[in-house]
Amino acid sequence: MSAVNVSADLSSEMEVDAFRRLFPLRFYERHLLESIRPDARPLEKARDTTLALGAVASADGSALAKIGLTTMLAAVKMEVMTPTTESPDEGCIAIDFHMPPICSPMVRPGRPAEVATVISKQLSDTIVSSGMINLKDLCLVRGKAAWMAYLDIYCLDADGALFDTALLSAVAAFSHLTIPVVSLNDDGRVVVSEETEGQKMDNEPVNKDKRKLELNSIPFSLTCILHKNYVLADPTAEEESVMDTLMTVVLNSSCQLVSLHKPGGTFLAYNAAVQDCIALARQRVKELQSILTEAISDMEVD
Amino acid sequence: MEIDRADGRTANQLRPLACSRNVLNRAHGSASWSQGETKVLAAVYGPKAGTNKNENPEKACFEVIWKPKTGQIGKAEKEYEMILKRTIQSICLLNVNPNTTTSIIIQVVHDDGALLPCAINAACAALVDASIPMKHLAVAICCCVAQNGYVILDPSKLEEQTFKAFAYLVFPNSIISLPSEASPKPVSEPMEHGIITSVTRGVMPVDDYFHCLDRGRAATSKLSDFLRKNLHLQTPTDPSKAG
Repeated sequence: MSAVNVSADLSSEMEVDAFRRLFPLRFYERHLLESIRPDARPLEKARDTTLALGAVASADGSALAKIGLTTMLAAVKMEVMTPTTESPDEGCIAIDFHMPPICSPMVRPGRPAEVATVISKQLSDTIVSSGMINLKDLCLVRGKAAWMAYLDIYCLDADGALFDTALLSAVAAFSHLTIPVVSLNDDGRVVVSEETEGQKMDNEPVNKDKRKLELNSIPFSLTCILHKNYVLADPTAEEESVMDTLMTVVLNSSCQLVSLHKPGGTFLAYNAAVQDCIALARQRVKELQSILTEAISDMEVD
Repeated sequence: MEIDRADGRTANQLRPLACSRNVLNRAHGSASWSQGETKVLAAVYGPKAGTNKNENPEKACFEVIWKPKTGQIGKAEKEYEMILKRTIQSICLLNVNPNTTTSIIIQVVHDDGALLPCAINAACAALVDASIPMKHLAVAICCCVAQNGYVILDPSKLEEQTFKAFAYLVFPNSIISLPSEASPKPVSEPMEHGIITSVTRGVMPVDDYFHCLDRGRAATSKLSDFLRKNLHLQTPTDPSKAG
């Protein structure tokens, strides 16, 4: 209690930077009273978002997503595998999320950061349960060959809203994906055929007209901070460290709820706050959808 | 539009609950909690001196160790650990024992659906048994949503897998006696309506989620009565093993 009083007295005579470091919560609450955030955003506004497709030339599909300063690089690599006997006509998606030490001072080399494992689990749950990719589309020859899609996401700069950026980059990488041409060789095995101009291919390709993966009801997410009665959309790392109640809402393009994730936190989420977050997420889905379509059309022009 | 459940329960009916505290001798607090066939054993050790790396030493720190029934700990268990840890942090008083670590060990005895809610309930009972200072208790419930928007409570493993979506919800338990200097509530809703933790899987319309919330709240009031009665029944633990 005394700390609060002291900070209230000092706030008028202390330098802003010192006040920010010593009393981070008071600093934020003073901003929230004025409905503004230290980076000059209104409470419900997300940071600038950019998306660049095809950032990794050696991958079959890739994307670089930036929300504010948070940067993620996602790449998909396709490999032919034998499907399991339980689902002979389905392919498989393996998702991995990496947080190298370059991304944040909280990550040390060696053991993977705990948060990275959790985000990678959350990502695969969201992508699989959203039904964005029909696993049957990844089948090549029933019971014999199917695609295994390895999706790797690297976090280059972790400045908050990690899950949102990771999901955006993953979705963008899948929409940029071009499935390589494969053909059956003489032994009856599926091999990736090198496509060269002018040269006639020895064998008939198996998947001539299935080069693009069809994505239906793409999921998009928005993370919000709940603090007292305030709802702050798209938090930075500093905001996440000061105010610990986070809520991530994932909606698909037809605005159905894919996931509502709130792991604990100081403040309870009442119906009104949940509704506010969902409304903000609805707006954000529209924004992200247009950003994604724009990135795809930019790609086609090139 | 009724749904027939394999075990003949109605949609709102929970499986038989059982809770016993102080089941382990060496642990500072322990509890076993079962909902039907799902059973979890929780042990609490601490508070021990010092905090782990990357934790705030000005507050009490918690660590959760999840032991699956068989095999190695995987990604799913890591996620459970994180959710359980954040949930516990939000219900405990973190300023009472600064610079200490309390370990909560969760041993899964049998998984027949609603595992995480069961573990949260067990951890909560074990924390009470270890007399860790807490703001309030938490009660957890699992709701399943069928294709037609029908909600069932406390699903078994089979129901969890066949239904299109499910939600794990954690609410505070209802408070009977308020502390003398009760802080004015910012919202008109009672505290036990606030969500501590929400984890969902599968696509559902937004309305169905709110439907789940309503059903979950109604069911947790029963659960929290059971928990309260259970904590009253068993006399405080033997003081000799507190040290």
